[in-house]
Amino acid sequence: MASGNMSLNLKIWRQKSGEDQGKLVDYQVQNVSPDMSFLEMIDVLNEQLVRKGEDTIAFDHDCREGICGMCSMMIDGKAHGGFKNTTTCQVHMRHYKDGDTIVIEPFRARAFPVIKDLTVDRTAIDKVMMAGGYITASTGNAQDGNAVLIPKPIADEAMDAAACIACGACVASCPNSSGMLFMGAKISQLALLPQGKPESPKRALNMVQTHDNLGFGNCSTHAECEATCPKGISIEHIARMNREYLKAAFTYYDKKRSE
Amino acid sequence: MSIKLDSKIPQGPLSEKWEKHKFDSKLINPANKRKFTVIVVGTGLAGGSAAATLAELGYNVLSFCIQDSPRRAHSIAAQGGINAAKNYPNDGDSIKRLFYDTVKGGDYRAREANVYRLAQVSNNIIDQMVAQGVPFAREYGGYLDNRSFGGAQVSRTFYARGQTGQQLLLGAYSGMMKMVAKGKIKQFNRREMMDLVTINGKARGIIVRNLITGELERYAADAVLLCTGGYGNVFYLSTNAKASNASAAWRCYKKGAAFANPCFTQIHPTCIPVHGDYQSKLTLMSESLRNDGRVWVPKKKDDSRKPADIPDEERDYYLERVYPSFGNLAPRDVSSRQAKFRCDEGLGVGPTKQAVYLDFRDAIKRDGLETIAGRYGNLFEMYERITGDDPYKTPMMIYPAVHYTMGGLWVDYNLMSTIPGLHVLGEANFSDHGANRLGASALMQGLADGYFVIPYTLGHYLASTPLEKVTTDDNAFKDAEQAVMLQTSKLLGVNGKRTVDDFHKALGHTMWDHVGMSRNEAGLKKAIHDIRNLREEFWQDVNVPGDTGNFNLELHKATRLADFLELGELMALDALERRESCGGHFREEYQTEDNEAKRDDENFAHAAVWEYTGANSSPIRHQEELQFENVKLATRSYK
Repeated sequence: MASGNMSLNLKIWRQKSGEDQGKLVDYQVQNVSPDMSFLEMIDVLNEQLVRKGEDTIAFDHDCREGICGMCSMMIDGKAHGGFKNTTTCQVHMRHYKDGDTIVIEPFRARAFPVIKDLTVDRTAIDKVMMAGGYITASTGNAQDGNAVLIPKPIADEAMDAAACIACGACVASCPNSSGMLFMGAKISQLALLPQGKPESPKRALNMVQTHDNLGFGNCSTHAECEATCPKGISIEHIARMNREYLKAAFTYYDKKRSE
Repeated sequence: MSIKLDSKIPQGPLSEKWEKHKFDSKLINPANKRKFTVIVVGTGLAGGSAAATLAELGYNVLSFCIQDSPRRAHSIAAQGGINAAKNYPNDGDSIKRLFYDTVKGGDYRAREANVYRLAQVSNNIIDQMVAQGVPFAREYGGYLDNRSFGGAQVSRTFYARGQTGQQLLLGAYSGMMKMVAKGKIKQFNRREMMDLVTINGKARGIIVRNLITGELERYAADAVLLCTGGYGNVFYLSTNAKASNASAAWRCYKKGAAFANPCFTQIHPTCIPVHGDYQSKLTLMSESLRNDGRVWVPKKKDDSRKPADIPDEERDYYLERVYPSFGNLAPRDVSSRQAKFRCDEGLGVGPTKQAVYLDFRDAIKRDGLETIAGRYGNLFEMYERITGDDPYKTPMMIYPAVHYTMGGLWVDYNLMSTIPGLHVLGEANFSDHGANRLGASALMQGLADGYFVIPYTLGHYLASTPLEKVTTDDNAFKDAEQAVMLQTSKLLGVNGKRTVDDFHKALGHTMWDHVGMSRNEAGLKKAIHDIRNLREEFWQDVNVPGDTGNFNLELHKATRLADFLELGELMALDALERRESCGGHFREEYQTEDNEAKRDDENFAHAAVWEYTGANSSPIRHQEELQFENVKLATRSYK
């Protein structure tokens, strides 16, 4: 742990656009306070670049409190820096010390093409959700919220899965660039809840199919995703997804599908 | 040009107004709905729920957001919960009581009819969200659990751990995704609305910037829904997300939509204090923490002992002392002001002396560590991650921060602005919270507007308004686009010395010092003067590198700041003209002997509604008189 202000050497991935070849560029930042957040440290660097009239480093961020899922970045080869249950925006500089060299790259996966510098395109996540990450309950249909009771442990487990922020760290950390943790979390959440059961089989089949078509890889149980997930989502949800998928593959019959 | 304010509040008894209004509204048959196109800007709770619901009804929806996915809108960061008048705990709640608490909480500066409708539909929201798979907290029997929030003496807040906003937003988002898959919603990510296009006086389209390519794009529709949130980032430091901005609303104001009560800002009492100049945003610690946490400062000035070493009799639990019946759950405006008073008296704690303690020692002793961890574990973790301190062992240090803006574009009972066809939902409008919003009511309002109000009122507008065919080739689109291009090249052409953030921080300081928690005439006049100078300087000395043809983040920030620099002045002007204190608007000249806000109902029981008259002339202040037929105006007391 550092106290006082630090000087840091940064190696940051610069890439003008998806078509360009990128490269790591060296930067120096001085006067980094240990109370600064990681993104505030990059803000300081960007202010320096603006003053020199240079193009700033593009990175995604928004809420800066670990919930919107916008921030990404591989920090020293680890998604969100590899701190437990922490997004990049929640990393603070007290974890680094004076003179450290930090390598900062974008999330890398076939399904997440680079837009510019550290910004990647994650619309593939929305596309997986479109394939079934919902309960068809049009506005106005709902019965009283207490009409269907949900045991607390079930509600809690569904909430564990629902905590996913779709940042894509699981994909970026996986040797296969698999999206099965974020997808499994959604399938699992909705399969646990009585409201989600009617569509469970179709949801599992369609989402997995879409996931594969989008260029995400398969799960080979490395569990890198679980280790890196800023919301601590367990690969148990991948296991439940697999069960839902298998059940559906053997038993689900939809006239439209068989045509 | 002069606007006419007609709130269109239906006749009849309060409890029957909405039913009557729904029945009186014109309908569009299902086959005809598909002939209409609706633009929805913003995908938070208001925009997301509106887009999904309108698409389910059969309208063609064009939905826009500035983030890379609609699921990231800032509603996602709401922590504590959502209110509803279910009365599941059997503790005396009712629609009428939720209505009453909200009007009183807003210090009698909201419209009765709107608030009553909000309370009426609150229960449907919970049902709807449960049906969509929101994993609300439950009791062991499987029933929904409730907790208490500030400004209420009943437990009516539903929650999903400390991530209620996230779960509700993902519910609305999942509904959207379903309709995107069906082709009824066309979703446009990373697009920022740059202007509203009006044709024959009606809102018929928007100009957006594609944030990645930098290109301007035109979209036409039969109506436009603005669901773009609040303008708290005018203060630079706030709990809002970095990209949250006022530009969409502000551009509509300059096109003729009146702006109501811009000075009504909510300063949230429990945020992590500012720690340095480089700070980019403030983090909220949920109000729910005040269910169990006790707020205090040392009785002695400059007490350098560790908090744990200060015995009870040397602590001032000032909220419990001043407000014995509400205690630590006094409303936000009141609690924030009390924290400021303590720090002004020199009793603040921490390195900057701008903080008070929020202490869980007694709750942990009473309920056990595990129970407290179950309730607030994720918030405690979040606090520790930012500050390095462990709240299980030492009290949190907190200080008020800008959180929400009650003011916004003026809307009538149908949520329509003074521009026909332009509807404004959620935090972007001014309608329901008066001068102070109660905790857990923002989520309620966003979803009420999107799920249960706009589907009826928009249908009525479309059915009763002659709408000629328009295309994006219309001159109105060309002109609006040209104006945006002109502004953009002006910004890029200044080539000055100061950065955008530098100007934004300067604006933030002025706003916080003079248009923040406590305001007075001299300070507000100074603020207006300073903001004008700063704006002039901005246009002469800002440095925006790069060009339009790519993902230029500095340009995006500069465009937003240009609007904040105008809005800030209007906020100060509004605060100056409102010569009373009410809710979050505290004018030092108008206070009671014990430093509470002193309203002036005779002269200020109205919404101040501002009309834009041009760049070089003063805006006109109109008044919408508020009629209180069901609630008796009283001095708000939480003692």
